[in-house]
Amino acid sequence: MTHSLSAPKVAATVHTMEEFDPDAKLSFGEWAGKNLFNSIPQTILTVVVAACLLRFFWFVLNWGILDAVFYTTDPDVCRAATGACWAVIAEKHRPMLFGLYPYDQQWRLVVMMVIYLITVVVSLTPRFWNLKLLVPFWIVSVTSIFVMMFGGVFGMPFVPSTDWGGLPLTMILFSGTVLIGMPVAVLLALGRRSPLPVAKGFSVVFIEALRGVPLITILFVAVNVFPLFLPAGVEVNKLLRVVIGIAIFFACYQAEVIRGGLQAIPKGQYEAAASLNLTYWQTTTRIILPQALRISLPAITNHIIAAMKNTSFVIIIGLFDILTATTAVMQDPLWRRYYIEAYLFVAAIYLFFGYSLSLYARQVEKWINTGRI
Amino acid sequence: MSHLDESVHGGRPRPTLGNILYSKTFRTIAAQAVMAVLVIMAGLYLYRNIIDNLNAQSIATGFGFLEQDAQFDIGETVIPYSATDTFGRAFLVGLLNTLTVSAAGIVLATILGFLVGFARVSSNWLLSKVATGYVEIVRNIPVILQVIFWAVVLRNLPNARDAIDLGGFVFLTNRGLSFPVPSADPVHEFMLLALAAGIILAIVGNRMARRHREKTGQYIDMLWPSVALVVGLPALVWLVGGAPTELSVPALKGFNFKGGATISPEFTALLVGISLYASGFIAEIVRAGLQATAKGQIEAARSIGLRPRFVMRYVVLPQALRVIVPPLTSQYVSLIKNSSIAVIVGYPDLVNIGNTVMNQTGQAVEAIAVMMLVYLTISLVTSTLMNFYNRLVAIKER
Repeated sequence: MTHSLSAPKVAATVHTMEEFDPDAKLSFGEWAGKNLFNSIPQTILTVVVAACLLRFFWFVLNWGILDAVFYTTDPDVCRAATGACWAVIAEKHRPMLFGLYPYDQQWRLVVMMVIYLITVVVSLTPRFWNLKLLVPFWIVSVTSIFVMMFGGVFGMPFVPSTDWGGLPLTMILFSGTVLIGMPVAVLLALGRRSPLPVAKGFSVVFIEALRGVPLITILFVAVNVFPLFLPAGVEVNKLLRVVIGIAIFFACYQAEVIRGGLQAIPKGQYEAAASLNLTYWQTTTRIILPQALRISLPAITNHIIAAMKNTSFVIIIGLFDILTATTAVMQDPLWRRYYIEAYLFVAAIYLFFGYSLSLYARQVEKWINTGRI
Repeated sequence: MSHLDESVHGGRPRPTLGNILYSKTFRTIAAQAVMAVLVIMAGLYLYRNIIDNLNAQSIATGFGFLEQDAQFDIGETVIPYSATDTFGRAFLVGLLNTLTVSAAGIVLATILGFLVGFARVSSNWLLSKVATGYVEIVRNIPVILQVIFWAVVLRNLPNARDAIDLGGFVFLTNRGLSFPVPSADPVHEFMLLALAAGIILAIVGNRMARRHREKTGQYIDMLWPSVALVVGLPALVWLVGGAPTELSVPALKGFNFKGGATISPEFTALLVGISLYASGFIAEIVRAGLQATAKGQIEAARSIGLRPRFVMRYVVLPQALRVIVPPLTSQYVSLIKNSSIAVIVGYPDLVNIGNTVMNQTGQAVEAIAVMMLVYLTISLVTSTLMNFYNRLVAIKER
């Protein structure tokens, strides 16, 4: 936005019609004159902001690079340095990334993450969008992910889900949330738009009640209350309960977004489908939903990114995701001084995945706008 | 479902059993009845299980425990509380703490968010880029990570002996932020009254000026008179009251600061974390609102010679607020809900105290039900208040 909302500008030079070309390329000097130094207050502002920024980057350069210790196994070396101690990441990356998982088995998590990332990348590439290809691929990859995590076959010792942790756990929580949550969200959104009062009423109450409470209370329900609802002797894995809890919370928000998309579908689409004698489910799955999901895609991605950030809430109920693991590792008296470096590392991981997701979402919007999907 | 109406011949259905079974009305009612029965049966089944399980574990049911003695202490309280008070009062303390941190968070996040939002649309390229960077960082790091980060930063500050001295009167230590406050004086209460009176008078004055403008077309600038009323009246009362200047300044006594006021590190970490996170979202909402005003309108307003302040006040803001207020409401509600992560830094909010109650009594269902109901109520009240405000700023069709 180049337009100023704050100050009236009387054009310094009056252009004649011939001179005025809005698309003309500006030289750097002209550009800076227009966007940085076009009045005295603006110039002062630019100078002040630039000074602060330079100071900040100067500090980052000194602290983060010039005076930093990048590798050492001796915390005293870090103590002597005035800058950052990135060595803490090299020293502690295994418990931070893999949590409580048995140390000598952690190579399995590396394999699991590679399979996971390949699966995600393949599933998101339009060239592979062919169910005959994808379904067998998913069966193989999901099975191998769980084989790697649980073990118990091929000579790999069994690792219960209570020992899972770190980045793989964050990945499982996130994928589980989205995979369980999206279908529930679609059903809730359809229910809210349903002409049947019972279905509509149930959906409205469910969505509004869960959207009104914090995620933590839902996690408390999943951990402390849900087991009480089951008949004696029946137990559901805690990790699964938590994933279902986050997924349902996610679904309630997503349902509202999808409802927005559903409301944007013109009535004529329903009427055209009815005149072709399509049933409700045919109309919904073939005519309405594909359009509604495309319309609401930007907001859907926002909530998916939020779901990734929300997986960090499991620290409160003691699941060892990457944030919990890092917080636990930073209790080490030798290395606890370097918590800033450790948390910056975790923040960078979240930023990386969040940014990748939003880049991909932008790409999908482009595909939709050009009619490719 | 149009094929269900095939039984209609010449506009009149034959009332046979088959026709009734296949009719749309019957099907709709039947489907819903089945749905309702299933939901009710599932509910009853779960209810029976929970009663059986609680009996088996001999855990009490019902809300009787709210009357029992809590027997635990709470670090920060707004109202008097001791371990001999009831669980019910403990919940109330938690609720008030939640409201305190949420209110402070909303004010802080709104101020920051509007500043950054205005910076985002600034014509100054550098400023708008810095604002964009800020928004992208605070929005994309999980709020819980931010709160934990600030908590650890505060915990690692020096202790009171080596306090970080901010100008000789304000001290930052691992026990929190200590700053001077005026010593209690009866004049303060009158100053508060004067402030309220000043605000009311300023609003009335603005109304009158507007009515005058609408009737006669003459513009009376009420900006400085309003400022004078709001700031000047309390100042006048202060002067009349003898201008008490005595300050209670924090001073090091033994291992801690005495005097002044101190904000605890738990409160500060939570407040800073949730406010910065929300401010990123609010900045984006404000940016979208400001950009929603068509460029031509701003140009038109300028071309008829409106001062920039009036372009903002009478052209941009009224239209921007219409776009800003509804999403801002959901950000406020979301900030209040985010305050529930207080448990992670040890600030005694509703969820933290509910958690303690749950562990002490074993009555998880009731404790969680109290938390959920309270949050639902807070969310509904916030939305209602903001919807009321929204009606004030919404387009008035005449």
